[in-house]
Amino acid sequence: MRIRFWGTRGSLPVSLTAADIKDKIVAAMLGAAGKSLRTRPEVESFVERELPFAVSHTYGGNSSCVEIDIDSGDYILCDLGTGARPFGQHVISKKGATPNTFHVFMSHLHWDHIMGFPFFAPVYIPGNRIVIYGCHAAMEEAFRRQHSAPCFPVDFAGLGAKVEFVRLEPGKHHRLAGLVVTPKLQRHTGGSYGYRFEHGGKVVVYSTDSEHKTDDASSTQEFADFFRDADLVIFDAMYSLADAVSVKEDWGHSSNIVGIELCQLARAKHLCMFHHEPVNSDAKIASVLQETLRYEEITRGDHTLQISSAYDGMEIVV
Amino acid sequence: MVARAGPSHKGDEVQVTAQRYADVLVVAAAGRIDHQNAEEFKATLLPHLESCGAGRDQVVLDLSQLEYISSAGLRILMIAAKDARVRQGKLLAVTLQPVVREIFEISRFTLIFEIHESIRDALLKISPAALAAYESKSL
Repeated sequence: MRIRFWGTRGSLPVSLTAADIKDKIVAAMLGAAGKSLRTRPEVESFVERELPFAVSHTYGGNSSCVEIDIDSGDYILCDLGTGARPFGQHVISKKGATPNTFHVFMSHLHWDHIMGFPFFAPVYIPGNRIVIYGCHAAMEEAFRRQHSAPCFPVDFAGLGAKVEFVRLEPGKHHRLAGLVVTPKLQRHTGGSYGYRFEHGGKVVVYSTDSEHKTDDASSTQEFADFFRDADLVIFDAMYSLADAVSVKEDWGHSSNIVGIELCQLARAKHLCMFHHEPVNSDAKIASVLQETLRYEEITRGDHTLQISSAYDGMEIVV
Repeated sequence: MVARAGPSHKGDEVQVTAQRYADVLVVAAAGRIDHQNAEEFKATLLPHLESCGAGRDQVVLDLSQLEYISSAGLRILMIAAKDARVRQGKLLAVTLQPVVREIFEISRFTLIFEIHESIRDALLKISPAALAAYESKSL
């Protein structure tokens, strides 16, 4: 399974400012001072190998959209945040206007998870089929409402693709799009659903917009079971633990610390932090990653957990 | 390599003891606090905060013997901090072991708790009477 992250930002899409770009260029040029970088390969090597990721790249600002590629010919996505726009452009640039089928698993219907759909170009191309799976009763209504006045100029009825909605039952194993898919209810206003995807002996869990109450032992055990032995857990690590249990308690999100603890209990192999706080800069996200790596190190028992922080354009193969 | 700090093992325990110095209660937590014993920690810690408040006792948490604290344990400390704030009392943390200090920093609990290097430093800040009582007992 190849996982591609098209949108990794939480709550609201963001973009770098002119000042952010200037800061990166200044930091890069200071890093290059005294080095002999005359050719493009020399410069690219310096950028890739010597500059910190937060200087040479960006974590990106599109909201939630993750692709699961099992080489089946169909496309599989989690959520339709603004990352769906570049994903749609990628499909069209690769395949043109040929008909495709897209399977989309919705965590929930909050704005940041559906706002990419009106800008998802394949939805306007006749012959495409888009199957949207989820556990919320209001799923179709939410998409239709977004595609109607006064929210958007093109009505849902005017879409070229065939759009279908399929309601899933949480806790059941569904065989869909070449995967075994198990949804699980999560703590979030209005409810959200995590998905456990199994294919070819590999397991990927997509668990965003999910708050974990550390005093709820049965819920902790349920999530440890849901994450059990996963090759990759994509986890909502939007807040610090202190925020998550104080001023942002009941806001429906979690922390890096809880992500590590659950993955350690589950003996998952790789924790990928996702749904980044929109106010966090690249430097801040990189700093949180370093701290999280250290937390894994100091709490490691007999099981090593790989840690990463998702960025728009990242790929992980499991 | 660092000392084992992470997921709990059967038999991990937490002990809570208290020592009064004038109007300050020094509450010491020792051992390891995780999701398995966090409720036990809560039940033993919170009663010590009942006398905490403006014009009453202040509380210093002595964490010198605390080896590890998980998110479940930190949540109990957050409850204690909120409780003290509601009572307009002071709750300070002192003498964190290096690993526990790192956990406080990574979890941002350093923004929740005023942290001091020693019991003496904390008492110096909040109560001359308690400092005098502490130093007379330390002699």
